Amino acid sequence: MSKVINNVVCPICGCLCDDIEVTIENNEIVKMKNGCAQCEAKMVHGYKSEERILKPMIRKDGKLVPVPMDEAIKKAAQILTDAKYPLLFGWSSTVNEAQRIGVELAEELGSALDNCASVCHGPSVMATQEVGIPAATLGQIRHRADLIVYWAANPWTSHPRHVERYTAFTEGRFEGSQWKSYMQKMTAGASRKKMELASKRISRVKPPIRPAVCFTGPPPQTLQKPGRKMIVVDVRKTMTAEAADYFLQIEPNRDYEVFEALRCLVQDQELDVEKVAGIPVDYLKDVADAMMNCDFGVIYFGLGMTQSLGRFRNIEIAIALARDLNRKTKFIISPMRGHFNVTGANQVFAWQTGYPYAIDFTQGYPQFNPGENTAVDILKRGDNDATLIISSDPAAHFPNVVMQNMMKHPLITINPDMNAISRLGDVVFPTQWCGIEYAGTAYRMDAVPITLKKVVEAPPGVLTDEELLTRILAEVRAIKTKRGDPVGQTEITPVKHKKTVTKSKRCKPTAKPKKVTRKKKVAA
Amino acid sequence: MVERKLRVTLITGRTIEQGVGKERGKGSIEYYESCAVCYFDKSDMIKLGIKNGSTVRVTSTYGSVVVRAQRYQWGEMPGMIFIPCGSWANVVCGDDTHSMGMPLFKGFPVEVEPAPNEPILTLDELLMKQFGRNSL
Repeated sequence: MSKVINNVVCPICGCLCDDIEVTIENNEIVKMKNGCAQCEAKMVHGYKSEERILKPMIRKDGKLVPVPMDEAIKKAAQILTDAKYPLLFGWSSTVNEAQRIGVELAEELGSALDNCASVCHGPSVMATQEVGIPAATLGQIRHRADLIVYWAANPWTSHPRHVERYTAFTEGRFEGSQWKSYMQKMTAGASRKKMELASKRISRVKPPIRPAVCFTGPPPQTLQKPGRKMIVVDVRKTMTAEAADYFLQIEPNRDYEVFEALRCLVQDQELDVEKVAGIPVDYLKDVADAMMNCDFGVIYFGLGMTQSLGRFRNIEIAIALARDLNRKTKFIISPMRGHFNVTGANQVFAWQTGYPYAIDFTQGYPQFNPGENTAVDILKRGDNDATLIISSDPAAHFPNVVMQNMMKHPLITINPDMNAISRLGDVVFPTQWCGIEYAGTAYRMDAVPITLKKVVEAPPGVLTDEELLTRILAEVRAIKTKRGDPVGQTEITPVKHKKTVTKSKRCKPTAKPKKVTRKKKVAA
Repeated sequence: MVERKLRVTLITGRTIEQGVGKERGKGSIEYYESCAVCYFDKSDMIKLGIKNGSTVRVTSTYGSVVVRAQRYQWGEMPGMIFIPCGSWANVVCGDDTHSMGMPLFKGFPVEVEPAPNEPILTLDELLMKQFGRNSL
C-alpha cells in the first residue's frame, strides 16, 4: 500500500525546497514530485543504493571489517582521547541537534572544530564580519526583486530550483515571472541557428572567425525594461547565463576590479581605461545604470568569488557595492550557500562558541583564527594527530596534497553511505539520512530555520548522528574519568522530535486556568 | 599546427551531472563519468589535436591526473579548462590558502597534453594510488 507525504524538505542544497511530494511503498520512497534532478537522485535512488553502510567497520590489516557498534564507539573514543590535537570536521549535511553535540565533543577533547564553510563560503563569513551585509529572506526576493545578478554562481547546476522558486522565473506578488520571455528568446535563438546553418550550406562560405578578445556583446535594450531582469557575471558561459538577459564574461581572478569599476560608475566617477577585466567600460556603464534604476536589486554570489584570487576581499568589495547602491535604491547581497545545512553549522557554532567556523579549543576556551585553525591549514601543517569527519567528504573536496597528511593519522568517519572519505576511514560509522530517516532542524541559505521531515524508517541498528555523537561523547568522558582527567559537567539530553504528522490534528481546547486569589493579609 | 602541451587556466566547479552523480553514490558510474572529465574550448581541442572522448593528462605543480576530454557546449573559453569538483580535480588542486583557509580551486595554471594510451582511474583505483588504501 502506498502513502503520499506532502511538503517534504529536500536535504541537498541551500535552497531547502519544502514542497517535495514523495510516495512511499513498503518503507521505501518510490516516487518524487516537484524536486530537481539531484533531489530525485538522492531521495529515490541514492539513499537506498548499494553504497549504503549498514554496520560499523574497523580497518584491520588494511581491510574494513564489520564490528559491533559498542566496539566501534570504544575504538573511536580511544583514538580521540589518545590524540593530542584531533580535528573534527564536516557538519554541513547534518542537523543542528547533532552539531550542538559536536561542539560539546570538541570542547571535551580540546580539539580543532571546523565546518565545510572553510572551503566554501568561509571568506563570505569573514567579509560579513568585517563590513556587515544587507540581507533579505528568499521570500522577499521572490515577491519584490526586479533585478537579479548572479555573480560567479551557476545555480542551474548547484541550486537547480533557485531561479525557478525564488528569483527570475517565479511569479511573485509584485513582480512577474520572466519565463515566457526566456522561452521566446530560446525559440528565436534556435530559428536563427537554423537559418545560419541553411545559408552556410547554400553559400558554402566559411563564416568569419571572431577574434578571441571579448565574448561579451553590448547590453541589450531589454536591460532597461520594466519588470524582472537577470544579469549573470562569470568567467565562462553557463546554463544560467543562457537564461539571463545579459551575460558578462570576465577574465578569471579579476572580479575585484569589476566590482571596483562598478562602484566608481555608481558614484558618478569617470574611468580612464577602456576595458576592465576584458569588459568595455561602456557596457559596465549600462550595467551600473540597470543596478541604480531598479526598485529592488539582489546580487547572489557563488564560489567563483570565494575560491579565486582575492577570496574574502572580493566579497568585501561586493558588499561595498551593495552599500553604495543602497544610497540610490534598495539592494541586497547574499551568498549561494552550498550544502543544505552549512548555514546551520555556522549558526550553531556561533551560538555555542561565538564563532562560525575555524574554532580551536586547545586552550580550554574557543579561539577563532581562519588561516590557522581552518581544516586545510591544520592538515597542511600536519598539526593534527587524529581526524573525525562527519557528514561531509573531504576526500572528494580537499586538495590531495593536504589529504595525504590526514591519512598519516587515524581517521574516523560518520556518513550514511560509502563516500570517498568513508572508503579511507580507520573507523567507519553508518548513520541515518537526516531529512529522510530522521527529523531535525536545518538553516536555509538565508538563515531561516526549517524542520526536516522523517519519511521512512531507518535500517535496524543504524543510529542518528545525534545519538552516535552522544554515545561517543559519553565514552570519551568515561575514558577521561578513568584516567582522572577533569570532564565537562553538562548532561546531554537528546532532543525528541515529534513523529511526522500527515493529517492535521485538531487542537483540544485547553482547560481554563484556575483563578488565583490572593489571601488577604490579616492585620496583626 | 598540433601542439604537444598547452598551458591553460584550470577552473573547478559544479555541474548538474556531478550533482546527480554524487547523490547517486560516489562509487556510481554516473559519478565517475561526470567527474573524471575535462571540458575544453573548441579552439584548444584543435590545438592539441584531440576529440570528444580522448584521454588527456592534466598536470599542475601539485600532481597529475588523466581524464576524458569533452568539448564545452555552452560558450567559448579559450585558454581555460574546466574539471568538475571531485577526487580527480583534487589531484591537481593546490594547498595554498593565502592565510584564509580556502585552497585555490579556481583560476590556477596547469599544463594539459594528450594521453592516448593511459587509463582513466576509477575512484577506488585513484584512492589506492593517492593514499594507498580504499574500501575494497
